Amino acid sequence: MSQQQPNRLQAGGRIDRSRRLSFTFNGQTYQGHAGDTLASALLANGVDVVNRSFKYSRPRGIVAAGAEEPNGVVQLGSSEAAQVPNVRATQQALYDGLSARSTNGWPNVQRDLMGLVGKLGGQFMPPGFYYKTFMAPASMWMTYEKYIRKSAGLGRSPTEPDPDIYDHMNQHCDVLVIGAGPAGLAAALAAARSGARVIVADEQEEMGGSLLDSRELLDGMPADRWVAQVLEELAGLANVTLLPRTTANGYHDHHFVTLHERRTEHLADIAPLKDGRRQARARLHRVRALQVVLATGAHERPLVYANNDVPGNLLAGAVSTYIRRYGVVPGNKLVLSTSNDHAYRAALDWQDAGREVAAIVDARPNPTGDWIDAAKAKGIRIITGSAVIEAKGDKRVSAARVAKIDLDAFQVAGKVEELTCDTIASSGGYSPVIHLASHTGARPTWRDDILGFVPTLVKGVSAAGGAHGIYALADTLADGVEAGASAAAAIGHQVLSVELPEVAAIREGATCALYQVPHENPTLRAPKQFVDLQNDVTAAGIELATREGFESIEHVKRYTAMGFGTDQGKLGNINGMAIAARCLGRSIPEVGTTVFRPNYTPVTFGAIVGRHCRELFDPERYTALHQWHVENGAEFEDVGQWKRPWYYPHTVNGKVETMHEAVARECRAVRKSVGILDASTLGKIDIQGPDAREFLGRIYTNKWEKLAVGKARYGLMCKDDGMVTDDGVTTCLGDNHFLMTTTTGGAAAILEWLELWHQTEWPELEVYFTSVTDHWATMTITGPEARHLLSEITDIDLDRDGFKFMEWRQGKVAGVPARVFRISFTGELTYEINVQANYAMHVWKTLFQHGEKYDLTPYGTETMHVLRAEKGFIIVGQDTDGSVTPEDLGMQWCVGYDKPFSWIGKRALSRPDTKRSDRKQLVGLKPKDPKVVLEEGAQIVFDPKHPVPMPMVGHVTSSYYSPALDSGFALAVVKGGQHKMGETVYLPMADGKTHEAEIVSPIFYDPKGERQNV
Amino acid sequence: MFYIYCPYCGEHREEEEFHPKGQAHIVRPKEPESCSDEEWGDYLFFRDNPRGIHHELWVHAVGCRKFFNITRHTVTYEILETYKMGEQPSITAETYAPQSSESEAARVAKQAGVRA
Repeated sequence: MSQQQPNRLQAGGRIDRSRRLSFTFNGQTYQGHAGDTLASALLANGVDVVNRSFKYSRPRGIVAAGAEEPNGVVQLGSSEAAQVPNVRATQQALYDGLSARSTNGWPNVQRDLMGLVGKLGGQFMPPGFYYKTFMAPASMWMTYEKYIRKSAGLGRSPTEPDPDIYDHMNQHCDVLVIGAGPAGLAAALAAARSGARVIVADEQEEMGGSLLDSRELLDGMPADRWVAQVLEELAGLANVTLLPRTTANGYHDHHFVTLHERRTEHLADIAPLKDGRRQARARLHRVRALQVVLATGAHERPLVYANNDVPGNLLAGAVSTYIRRYGVVPGNKLVLSTSNDHAYRAALDWQDAGREVAAIVDARPNPTGDWIDAAKAKGIRIITGSAVIEAKGDKRVSAARVAKIDLDAFQVAGKVEELTCDTIASSGGYSPVIHLASHTGARPTWRDDILGFVPTLVKGVSAAGGAHGIYALADTLADGVEAGASAAAAIGHQVLSVELPEVAAIREGATCALYQVPHENPTLRAPKQFVDLQNDVTAAGIELATREGFESIEHVKRYTAMGFGTDQGKLGNINGMAIAARCLGRSIPEVGTTVFRPNYTPVTFGAIVGRHCRELFDPERYTALHQWHVENGAEFEDVGQWKRPWYYPHTVNGKVETMHEAVARECRAVRKSVGILDASTLGKIDIQGPDAREFLGRIYTNKWEKLAVGKARYGLMCKDDGMVTDDGVTTCLGDNHFLMTTTTGGAAAILEWLELWHQTEWPELEVYFTSVTDHWATMTITGPEARHLLSEITDIDLDRDGFKFMEWRQGKVAGVPARVFRISFTGELTYEINVQANYAMHVWKTLFQHGEKYDLTPYGTETMHVLRAEKGFIIVGQDTDGSVTPEDLGMQWCVGYDKPFSWIGKRALSRPDTKRSDRKQLVGLKPKDPKVVLEEGAQIVFDPKHPVPMPMVGHVTSSYYSPALDSGFALAVVKGGQHKMGETVYLPMADGKTHEAEIVSPIFYDPKGERQNV
Repeated sequence: MFYIYCPYCGEHREEEEFHPKGQAHIVRPKEPESCSDEEWGDYLFFRDNPRGIHHELWVHAVGCRKFFNITRHTVTYEILETYKMGEQPSITAETYAPQSSESEAARVAKQAGVRA
C-alpha cells in the first residue's frame, strides 16, 4: 500500500501503476496514476471533503463514479485563461499537473464560515428561505444577492480570453448508438455487421460501461476481455465511428443529436500543440441519424436517510467501481444499506479488497438469491427487514444507526443498533437514464415492476438494456443485439446473426420500494435527510412544500430547486417524487412525470460556438473595390453583412478629420464638383420573360406597361397590407428583360418575395428571377462635373438631351463594357456605372486618374444619407418601419390607382385604418436653432406643457447637419403632418431640454429637381 | 432542428436551408376590390393555430428556391408529408388517424420488454 495513497490497492483495477501523476487540489499536491479520474485519485489519497454544500455549507464528499455525481463539482485550471467551472471530478481524467479547487467553501472546505450559518441556521432555512427573508424592501435584493451569491458559489468563468479552439462537425449515420456498455456494444455490433453506418458515442474515458467493473464472466472470461474484443472488431470496420469521451447532450427534432466530444481535456487544461498547431479542445458533432439506440444505462438511486450527506456515504455501485476499476477502496469499514440484490456486490468487492464489512442491511424481510448466498458464504452479517436510518459523523462517517423498519406504516419498528464504520454504501434500486428520450417531449411511463420510469419513444428510436429497465447482464446483451439489429433492419440493412457470449444466469429477488427511510423522529424533526445533494433539498423541504400547497411535482421542483442546475435531478428526482407522493397519499405516476431538458451534462460555451466566433461569427461581404477603400483610409459601416465605406477621413496638418468634418467636406464636393460612391451592394435582380412587365405591374405600386427600352423608373413595393417594404429603380433592358434594384439589406428577402408571388399565386406568368448583385459593381459619380469626368473615358454620347435623366446606355467606360444609368440619389447630375465586378477596380482607378482636376472625392454611406435626406428621398427601413403606406410618405405620385390588376397592397389602402387622416405622415423638420441636430428616434409632441405622460405624435426618422443649408434638418413622421406645414412641434429630451422645430416639406434642397436634369 | 424533404430536390436537407412562410393554402382573393373590409382583414391577418395537423408553406431558400407545402403535427413535430405547390395534402386533420393511446401504450410495453 502506497504511503501517499492510503486507499490504493496494490493490485487490480484498470489504472497504470507505472505512470505516476502529480496534481493539486485546493493547493495541496497529491499523487495518482494514469487511468484515474480526479475523483478516484482524491479517494485514493483519503480526501474526504471535496466541497461545501450549496445552501447549508455542509462538508461533502464523493458519492458517485460518473455523470450523476452531485458533490464533486470543481473549478479546473492552472491559469486564469484555463479556468473551467462545473467539472465533475468523477468525469475528469487525471493528467500530470492537473489543478483543481472546490467550487464552494470560504475560506476553505475544511473550515467554512458559512457552515456555521448552515448548522445554526439550518433549521431556519426552509425552502424559499432567501425569498421569504430578503423579500423586503425589494430594492435591497440586489445588495443581498451579492453576498448570498458569494457565499453560495457556483464556480466562475475565466476573466481572460480562451486560448482554445473548438470544432463543429456535421455527421450523418444510419444508426447512432448512445452508450457503450453491454447493451450499447451489443447493439453496435449487430448494426455494424449489417453494414449500416454506425456512430457509437460514450461519455466515459473508456468504453465498456458497467462491464469494466463487473464481477461476471462472459464466455468464461473477465468482462473487460469481451469489451476489448468487441471494440477491436468495431474499430476495424470502415462503417463504424467510435467516439469515446463523447456525451450525447441533447436530443432534438427528427433524430438530430448533439454530441459533445472532449478531445484534449484528459491531457491538459489548455489543448496541447500537435505539429505546432493548437488542437481542437472539444468538438460538437451535429448528428442526423436515421435510427437511434439509447443504451444509456441506469443510475443507482441512493437511499434517503438522516445525515446521508456526510462524507463516506456513497452509492453501492460507485464503491464497486472504485474498487474494481480504479483499485481504490474508499474506506476501511463498510455498512451497506440496500433494497435490492445487485448492491450486494459492493460488500463482496469490499471484502475481496481485504477490508471489513460490518454488515449488509437489507430492507426486505427475506432476501433470497445468488448474491445473498455469496455474501452469506463469505460470512458477512446480513441484517434483514432493516435499513440505515441515520449516519453519524461530521467530516466523515463514524457510525451507522440501523433499525428495523415498517415500510407500510413508514416508521421505525424496532430498537436502534449503532454500527461503527467509516463508509455507508446505499442502493435504493435503479432509475433508467431517460434524459435524452425526454428531450423529445415524450412523457415517460412509470413501471411498478422495476420501480422506475421507462422512456416513451418516438419513431426511429429504441432503448436497450438498463435504459428501459433491463438489468440482468444476459438479458441486456440480448436486448442490445435486438435493438441494433432492428434499427439496421428498419432502414433496409440485412442483419447477420450475432452470437452472444455465454453468461451464467444469476438468480435475483425482487427489489422493494424504498426511497426515504423512516427515522425515529418525524421527517420535519429528524436530522436532515438529503434528496438532492447538489441543491441541498431535503425530505423535510419537500414535505413542507406539499403542506404549503405545492402538489404538482413541477411546482415542488420550482419551490425547492430540486433537480435544478447542472445536476438535472440525476440522483434525486425519483426519490423526491416518491416523498411528495407519500406526503400527498398518491402514487408516483399520479404526482406527475418528470421532464429533463438539454443539456445532459454541462457543455462548454466554446463547443457550442465552435468556429463561429471573432471574424467568423458572421460572414463579411466585400465589394470588388474593398481593397481600395482600405488603402484610402475608409471607416467602414456594417450594412447587413456588407462592409461599406462610411466616410473617408483625411489627415489635415497632422490631424485626422472627425466624421462631421469629413462628411461636410464630402457633401460639399458632391454639390460643387463631383463625388464617387461604391454602390455595388445595392441588390440587383435580373428579371426576364414575356410576362416580366405584367409581373412588375402587379408587384410594384406604380405603372410599368409603358416603360420603354432604355428607360428606368423608380418603384415602390408594398406588402398586401399596404405598407411599404422596399423601393428602388428598375430599368427596361429589353422588352422582356428588366433589371430591378433593391435596398442593400433587402436584396435576398425581395428575391424571395418575388418568387413567393410567382410560385404560389401567378405560376401562369412566364418570368424568371436571378440575383446578379455580386456580378456587377456599381460606381456612382455625382455632381455638376460628373458629365465632364465621364466623357473623358467613355464612348457613350452623354449629350444632355440624347441621354436624359432616368435613361440608361450601353457602351464602354475605361475600355470596359458597361451599363451606365442616369439616375440620382443625391439630386445632382449622376451617372451610375455598372461593370462586371472583376473589372471594377480598373474603372474606378481610371476615374481617379481623370478626376483629380475635378476634385473627384470618394464619399461613404454617411454623406450619401445626408445628400439623399436633403432631397427628401426615403430609406426604407429607416424612414419607414412596416407601418407606413405610400400615402403616408406623400408618394401618391408613385401609386397607380387605376391599374387594371389589383396590385399587391392596393386593396389595403382603402381600409378605414389606412384612410385615417391622423396617420403618421412623413414631413421635414427644421429645428428653430440651426445648430441643433435632432436625435434620430426622438419623440415628438404638440404641447410641451401637457402634463406627463404627454401624447406622443411621432418621431424623428433621419437627422443630420446639412453643409448646404448650414443647419440641422430632419425627416420625421408626425400624425397628420402633411396638413400641418409651418406648425411648431416639440421634442422633449431625456436631459430635460426641449427642442423646437417647424414642420416643413421633406425636400430641403433644390425642390424643383433642376440639378439632376442639367 | 427539422429534417425536411424538399419535393423538388428529392432530398432530405437541414432546416437551416429553409424558411417557414406561414400557413399554407391561403389564396389571395381573385377580386380584392369586391372583398368587404372584414373579408380582406381575414385574408391578411387571421391564421389557424391548431394542435395537431397543420399545413405550412416553406421555401427551400438556399437550395432550389422552390416553395412547397409541409403537413406537420404541431405536438410531435413529425413531418407527415411534403408536397409541391398546386398539390393538395393527402393527410388532413379529418383523415389523420393518430395511433390510439391504447396502441401507443402497447408499443411502449413492447419496447420495454418484459423479459427483465
